[in-house]
Amino acid sequence: MTAEIGHFALIAAFVLAGVQMVAPMIGAHRGDIGLMELARGTALGQFALVVLSFAALVNAFVVSDFSVLNVAQNSHSAKPLLYKISGAWGNHEGSLLLWVLILTLFGAMVAAFGRNLPPTLRARTLSVQGMIAFGFMAFMLFTSNPFERLEFPPADGAGLNPLLQDPGLAFHPPFLYFGYVGLSIAFSFAVAALIEGKVDAAWARWVRPWTLAAWCGLTVGIALGSWWAYYELGWGGFWFWDPVENASFMPWLAATALLHSAIVVEKRDALKSWTILLAIVAFSMSLLGTFLVRSGVLTSVHAFATDPERGVFILALLGVAIGGSLTLYAIRAPALRAGGVFQPVSREGGLLLNNLFLSTSLATVLLGTLYPLFVDVAVNLGWLGPTKVSVGAPYFNATFGPLMAPILAAIVVGPLLSWKRSDLWEALRRLWLAAVVAFGAMALVLIYSSVEGVLPAIGIGAAVWIILGTLIEFAERIRLGRAPIGETLRRLRRVPRASVGMTTAHIGVGLVVAGVLGATVFKSESIQTMRAGDTVDVAGYGFTLDRVERVQGPNYVAERGVFRLTSDGEEIGTVNAERRNYPVEGSQTTEAGIHTIWTADLYAVLGEGSPANGWTTRLYHNPLVPWIWLGSIVMAFGGVISLSDRRLRVGAPAGRRRAAAPPVAAPAGAD
Amino acid sequence: MRSRKRQRLWLVSIGVLLLAGAATLALTAFEDNLVFFHSPSDIAAGKTEAGRLVRVGGLVEDGSVERTPGSPVIAFRLTDGAASTSVVYEGILPDLFREGQGVVANGRLQSDGTFVAVEILAKHDENYMPPEVADALKQTGKWRHAEGEAAVETGTGS
Repeated sequence: MTAEIGHFALIAAFVLAGVQMVAPMIGAHRGDIGLMELARGTALGQFALVVLSFAALVNAFVVSDFSVLNVAQNSHSAKPLLYKISGAWGNHEGSLLLWVLILTLFGAMVAAFGRNLPPTLRARTLSVQGMIAFGFMAFMLFTSNPFERLEFPPADGAGLNPLLQDPGLAFHPPFLYFGYVGLSIAFSFAVAALIEGKVDAAWARWVRPWTLAAWCGLTVGIALGSWWAYYELGWGGFWFWDPVENASFMPWLAATALLHSAIVVEKRDALKSWTILLAIVAFSMSLLGTFLVRSGVLTSVHAFATDPERGVFILALLGVAIGGSLTLYAIRAPALRAGGVFQPVSREGGLLLNNLFLSTSLATVLLGTLYPLFVDVAVNLGWLGPTKVSVGAPYFNATFGPLMAPILAAIVVGPLLSWKRSDLWEALRRLWLAAVVAFGAMALVLIYSSVEGVLPAIGIGAAVWIILGTLIEFAERIRLGRAPIGETLRRLRRVPRASVGMTTAHIGVGLVVAGVLGATVFKSESIQTMRAGDTVDVAGYGFTLDRVERVQGPNYVAERGVFRLTSDGEEIGTVNAERRNYPVEGSQTTEAGIHTIWTADLYAVLGEGSPANGWTTRLYHNPLVPWIWLGSIVMAFGGVISLSDRRLRVGAPAGRRRAAAPPVAAPAGAD
Repeated sequence: MRSRKRQRLWLVSIGVLLLAGAATLALTAFEDNLVFFHSPSDIAAGKTEAGRLVRVGGLVEDGSVERTPGSPVIAFRLTDGAASTSVVYEGILPDLFREGQGVVANGRLQSDGTFVAVEILAKHDENYMPPEVADALKQTGKWRHAEGEAAVETGTGS
């Protein structure tokens, strides 16, 4: 029965979405308050219905109701409870329901907290949100119904892909979708503003918290996915430039650019049409990612199913949403009133530099990701002979790296520049200490590192520069050491949360840079065959294969290699590397054994083998790698701090103060 | 108004310069890093340049896998039904690597005709057939119905 309740709730939500996309738009056009107000009820109602629907699906998974096709195909009664629940979104239909759940959650939040929004803007925003929900719910109901029943239910289910049976991956989709789909609000606001023909500082202040919240979710979601790949794939790497990874990274790049450009709109009323365009691009990237992953044009662990009908449906949704919004942009954007003028060297200039480089790198990632598809299309049209190409990680490293370098250099300087017109030398003078220490670190790396080339030195220098420079900027702000301690403390208390958030997030960037560098240039790797009792030395750490034992898990059997780790003869811990065999799903997974010592990971993978011939093992020393995830969490935490800023609080009074900020102010200003 | 025009001018020039720079970067990177897919038949026909990074896909030939005791080096043959290529790989094979399974190897062809793989990809799903391998098998007429079905089920058939 519950599956039918879920299905009917989804149909009812679909009808409400249909009402929401039409009525408030007409209401806003005619100035009919009643029709406009309708949007709030439909948004809240839609969310309640989708929650009900989602609960019904989760329930079907928890009680293992195998008469539901989706449960039969993707679950098994012997699975641990966590993976029964996460199995609800570990498949095509269920993940779409999660998508729609988060979409309606954001719509409901705008309806509930957006009391201070002008009624017409709110009505139009919710109407656009309704259009997106309508499209996706139609997609679900017509091609991907999660509640489809089986006439003859099987005795047990087919199980969930064991790779997905992992805590990191259980929570990866909800966070990622929170980010992906959260960008829909920025999109809806942008389209609504284009229809209204008005973009001002107040608009930017409304959009920023939503973008920030989505960005935090996206950051955590990407970090969880990369952490999972790191310990589950057993390749010792954290990022493979896999098309699906890129699909989540491109919206992140656009959202990061949007966060920064919205500051300029809010503070200086400039870059307005650019910001609108970014909001459209950011959500378009989310839709493109959904298309790439869900249509199965790219194969990966995420591509649950290919059904040409589904691919065409998403492609049509994509075409309408992106094509429609860009057409509207082309028509309406030129009419937007031009904003404040600024010099190249200024806070605006710095933020613009950030935007130009982020969007250019987005373009190169997009090109690399879609290129194999272009070639496929060209082959199918007969323009090319039979050719298959793939674009590997070296392409992305060669293009993305150089484009990031200027941003990393400027990330410290930008916050020290004043609005409108500034003095670059003055800003650099304040950073002399950071520069000296960064160059010192570079020299040390050049002298002592055994790794060839200048890249390691540049990278470490950049990480030191970012972290130290950001701290110095903060110290300057509170006049640390330049004013009496009482004055400093008073200033510290008055620093806006948005500035603390920026400082935190930028330090997170520095940590990630250091971690990425450790993972790419400083890691040591050793592949060999080991028998029980053998010891292998990797970068000064001893890995001893103590024993290999058979272990019975809840729904798998594993071969577990127990490694003892030593440093200078002293034992520092043990790690278990497993090869798991899942009989139900008929597949195997690798669980790397990882020992973290904060400045490095010791990482062991067990391969095939036998007591007689020994086991193939792959051992790594990955310096600084834990910082990648630490830094990502710090970045997201910075976003959360910024989100808690009183002035950015959702539905904060729409005051239109545009005071020129003092020279040392946060991006969000210190008024 | 003149300053606003000037602002727009430098904005546009920086943007154009940056895009030109990025395009140059991308094109140079493409030249070196586009990885082409070759089948064992292509290699047998001498279409593959030795020393260049390529992907080779096919089925692991039955009875061809050789392990050296006490060493992580593995040798096997990849076949598309019409021709086969010797592959040498040092490291841990993917969990579902086995004879008869479709796999993709990234690596370089040596002048002696062996292929030294730096990475072996086999998806963790038993039914998975890399699309490139499926296409190659179709071209040589070795595509069996059962495999086709399995591939469609998991969404990789084309």
